[in-house]
Amino acid sequence: MSSIRHRRWIVPIAAAATLGLTLTACTGDIAAEDAADTDCSDYEEYGTFDGEEVSVYGTIVEVEAERLEASWADFETCTGIDVTYQGTQEFETQVRVLVDGDNAPDLGIFPQPGLFATFADDLVAPPAEVEANVDEYWSEDWKGFGTVDGTFLGAPLMASVKGFIWYSPAMFEENGWEQPETLDDLMALTDEIASSGAVDKPWCAGFSSGEATGWPGTDWVEDMVLRLHGPEVYDQWTSHEIPFNDPQIVEAFDAAGDILKNEDYVNGGYGDVRSINDITFNEGGWTILDGQCALHHQASFYEGLWPEGTTVAEDGDIWAFITPGQEAGAADVTGGGEIVGAFTESEAVAAFQTYLSTPLWANNRVSEGGVISANSGVDPENLSSDLLREAYAILQDENTTFRFDGSDIMPGAVGSASFWAGIVDWISGTDTQTVVDQIEASWPQ
Amino acid sequence: MTTADLIGKIFVVILGVAVFAAIIGLILFFVDRAPKRGRDYWQLAGFLLPTALLLGFGLIYPAIRTTTLAFANRAGEFIGLDNFVWAFTQPAGLISIRNSVIWVILVPLLSTAIGLAYAVFIDKARGERVYKSLVFMPMAISFVGAGVIWRFVYEYRGPNQDQIGLLNAVVTGLGGEPVRWLQEAPMNTFFLIVVMIWVQTGFAMVVLSAAIKGVPTEQIEAAELDGTNAWQRFTNVTIPSIRGSLVVVVTTISIATLKVFDIVRTMTAGNFETSVVANEMYTQAFRANEAGRGAALAVILFLMVLPIVIYNVNILRKQREIR
Repeated sequence: MSSIRHRRWIVPIAAAATLGLTLTACTGDIAAEDAADTDCSDYEEYGTFDGEEVSVYGTIVEVEAERLEASWADFETCTGIDVTYQGTQEFETQVRVLVDGDNAPDLGIFPQPGLFATFADDLVAPPAEVEANVDEYWSEDWKGFGTVDGTFLGAPLMASVKGFIWYSPAMFEENGWEQPETLDDLMALTDEIASSGAVDKPWCAGFSSGEATGWPGTDWVEDMVLRLHGPEVYDQWTSHEIPFNDPQIVEAFDAAGDILKNEDYVNGGYGDVRSINDITFNEGGWTILDGQCALHHQASFYEGLWPEGTTVAEDGDIWAFITPGQEAGAADVTGGGEIVGAFTESEAVAAFQTYLSTPLWANNRVSEGGVISANSGVDPENLSSDLLREAYAILQDENTTFRFDGSDIMPGAVGSASFWAGIVDWISGTDTQTVVDQIEASWPQ
Repeated sequence: MTTADLIGKIFVVILGVAVFAAIIGLILFFVDRAPKRGRDYWQLAGFLLPTALLLGFGLIYPAIRTTTLAFANRAGEFIGLDNFVWAFTQPAGLISIRNSVIWVILVPLLSTAIGLAYAVFIDKARGERVYKSLVFMPMAISFVGAGVIWRFVYEYRGPNQDQIGLLNAVVTGLGGEPVRWLQEAPMNTFFLIVVMIWVQTGFAMVVLSAAIKGVPTEQIEAAELDGTNAWQRFTNVTIPSIRGSLVVVVTTISIATLKVFDIVRTMTAGNFETSVVANEMYTQAFRANEAGRGAALAVILFLMVLPIVIYNVNILRKQREIR
């Protein structure tokens, strides 16, 4: 009898003890927030503020958000400004709700210029120092992304470069292949690889990505539009001044299709053309490592997606070159980036906004790793990898024309729905004209 | 998350529960102390009002809002029937409506038929419980889980690669060519439907098995004495006796099928002409940012479910009258 009565007590006590132990295990982090001895000499020009808060809202989440917060930790310590960052993947819809409901954050980090421009009436012009910094450290293209109807409203933040073609340097050397200088060279190289029989097929690709299946194909088409027809046509296309089924766009689709829809050229190590839709984008290029495929088209972030133990370097297992243009050296690249806009006018916000436009911040951020900024004040030594240095060099090249990823600029009904679905159909065998006609029909009126 | 956050969250949860209990307690207290005259009405109001409020905010208001959205464009301006015209003219809308119709015809029919046959065959057999739980188990798996499991079953690799999908491993093992189960329209829709049937058969089987056990043995024996064979007994005695349960099973599965979203989303994301109305509704409203088109599809879905619900309610009412 007594033993049964005992047992009744044992379970709750054990449960409480476990919970208690778990809780004490977490308490270490409370004490960790100690004030570091920071060298504040770089931050004196911003002055000191007593406990003022600046709220920042953006699309950056998880590890990237932690790195972002680390990049301004010293600024907070030295100026006394408390920066609270909130990241959400629903930024595009939520920021409109917040602004309309008079709950706008102090600063918004906009992932695309089109969205930024729709807030022109709500944004507060940044202090003159910001514009001076942008004039000094950024190219005209980048300043343009933060300028609406001739009024400068915000500075760019970080950047990424799309359209890298990944290859194995060792494989290239062994077979005597060379990095192509022009698009024609690229096609000639593809043909040479296909006929050499050194690999299964020259190209490998993977477009599968859950509900976003098809998006890597939009990068292909965007790269081709920009390289074949130049930035003017590209801008007209993304802003719908020319229809999606314009003959020039069809031409770009077909140029990508010369590779992607050619059974002799894809899908190295994975099967036929349609297997592109089966393979996930993160393993799309992995067959290069097995020697079954020679070339893979994917953005700079792909550096982090190679299997563990792969060295990405000019003399390593894997390296990349940017998709060439029609003429040698004509570097037109697509990519991504952010623009910072302010919704409130205060000295603390202005100080923080100014800080974000300086090389000091850019160097702090790139030192945390994983990204680049188009800010020319960045010391390449601070970049975390060779590939990022390569991407940074492309952005800093005076001849480079930079354009934002088109599917991010187009309305959601196209850029994140019918364009993706259209690519899937296109790879499945639907002809180009039918696909572009369908996408054009889905463009919201 | 720091410990302070954690403690804060636990505190908020406890506070929420306490506030809820306090409000309910207060309502009960005052209802109990209501004036003698018209106490019935006070009590009625006290118990129904919270439910009515929650229903109003959680169901009726959103339904009205969705319906008005269906007639508006992205900017919220009234555009008449344009969204419905879109749904019935664009391939995306048409394909999803066609597929939803195929789903709602096949899934309830097949899962009820299979569930019924299984229930009859294992009735009074040795180890009935084990057989039952085997078929019932998929019910415990979420649709997303089922979708992930079956996507592996249908996985395709080229003829020169190792097959990692069960079905293609079997096909190639027998000397065949691997098949793209999920990419070839229109058969891919049917392979998705198999998943839903796999999940729902257990539900049909359990309900119908219970109903079969409720058929009076006297009637069966009387039919036996009249010289009927097993099939005649089944169609003339068992089926009429379990008609009520059959209707409930078919209508419940029909409604679940019309709402299906998770299976399609996890397995093909609506690509390769497999989209259904609920999936397209989500895509349009949240991914494409076209709330009007999404709302129009929601209204279409509602109109498709409505007759089934009305029929179900009617049958239940009739049964109550018989009793």
